Amino acid sequence: MLIDEKGIRTDGRKWNELRPIKMEVGVLKNADGSCYIEFGKNKIMVAVYGPKEVHPRHMALSDRCLLRCRYHMSPFSTTTRKNPAPSRREIEISKVLREALEPSLILEDYPRTAIDVFVEILQSDGGSRCAGITAASVALADAGINMRDLVSAVAVGKVDGKIVLDLNDVEDKEGEADMPVAIMPNLNRVTLFQFEGILTKEEFEKAYELALKSVKKIYKIQREALYEKYFEGEVKVE
Amino acid sequence: MVKRKYVVPGDLIVEGDLRASTNTFKTGNRIYSLRVGLAEIGNGSVRVIPLSGTYIPRVGDVVVGEVIDISAFAWQLDINSCFYGYLTAQSVFGRGYSPSKYNLSNKFKIGDLLLAKIQSFDRTRDPMLSISGPGLGPIERGVVIKVNAMKVPRLIGKKGSMIRLIESATKCKVILGQNGVIVVSGEPDGVSKAIEIIRLVESKAHLAELNRMVKELIDSWGVRDADR
Repeated sequence: MLIDEKGIRTDGRKWNELRPIKMEVGVLKNADGSCYIEFGKNKIMVAVYGPKEVHPRHMALSDRCLLRCRYHMSPFSTTTRKNPAPSRREIEISKVLREALEPSLILEDYPRTAIDVFVEILQSDGGSRCAGITAASVALADAGINMRDLVSAVAVGKVDGKIVLDLNDVEDKEGEADMPVAIMPNLNRVTLFQFEGILTKEEFEKAYELALKSVKKIYKIQREALYEKYFEGEVKVE
Repeated sequence: MVKRKYVVPGDLIVEGDLRASTNTFKTGNRIYSLRVGLAEIGNGSVRVIPLSGTYIPRVGDVVVGEVIDISAFAWQLDINSCFYGYLTAQSVFGRGYSPSKYNLSNKFKIGDLLLAKIQSFDRTRDPMLSISGPGLGPIERGVVIKVNAMKVPRLIGKKGSMIRLIESATKCKVILGQNGVIVVSGEPDGVSKAIEIIRLVESKAHLAELNRMVKELIDSWGVRDADR
């Protein structure tokens, strides 16, 4: 039983409720841009370095910037120790993350350079790739890289026969469907779409609508975090 | 009348028949911001003054660079950017340069600081520097500090008002590179004061009342000096 008779989930949320989100920009002094996010029990640190010269030299692209992402889970991020060596899953998520961020960046503005994005999961509780994309996008804005839009991400899915928003670890593992979605909210473009499990057409549409709506809430928090650092919260977010 | 607005990447700045200037992009007649910063709308165009980012060279910029390598034909300079600057021997010694006649390290050694202008730069090649021009050339002495290159315009001020204010208040010489490298020289007391002002400007660069804050800081020293 992941949803009780009153419709309350394992962590006390309703079906369409997000976990509490906290974001802070510019937490790392040595990085060009950084962001720390708490997405429910997820705790993630993102650091961005660049644009900088490419090492090894032969990897440089003559017409655009090379974007490199590393998604990594700390050994202490899970209940049992995780081997710190990059797993198959982490390598895949690194690629997925890069491809979710790439459309938002204007990489042609920085030819023959590289941008490194490090996403370090300090504590994980399901939906860390979405939280990672959300934080990485803010860190890239903090680093001052030309971007068309921020990227906000959230997962929707199906648990106990019901569509739910923002799956946590148990719901992710025991649920019937999981669908992480990343969107550029101003341009209304999808940059990441993954889907695992089975949904009917109606369920899918309901889930997708829910994701579109919830991403706007996450986007507002991203903006607030950037405003807090750059404008010292002196101006209200519109 | 110029209208100002705080923006983050992806923000719609304005809709209408305006020209999209620096750090903005246009789709249809909607102009969006590419950076975190201050959007300025006026005179038929829209631009964003960024508040973060690393230095990207532009032709005509005057930068402070440190010699990090010497080859037979050029000095390689660290210009605080993702690209290295190159100062060719020909541009220093003239057309008649030949590697057998001159030794580059006799002119500028590794570690020397130079004030140089970016002569040419495009996406295919690293920036070429030049030291011919008034005030350009080796920097003999001073304290080197680095600030975010995006804050340099505020340090210069309107027609150089801020830099003149710093120089007259501290009796120091301030050499300002567009790449965010600054060399301050003068009496030790003045240098530390100048650095304090520069750090203040850097941290409050986005605020409108910056000039007043700097003047207040300078005035507070006046009181302290009178006490002594």
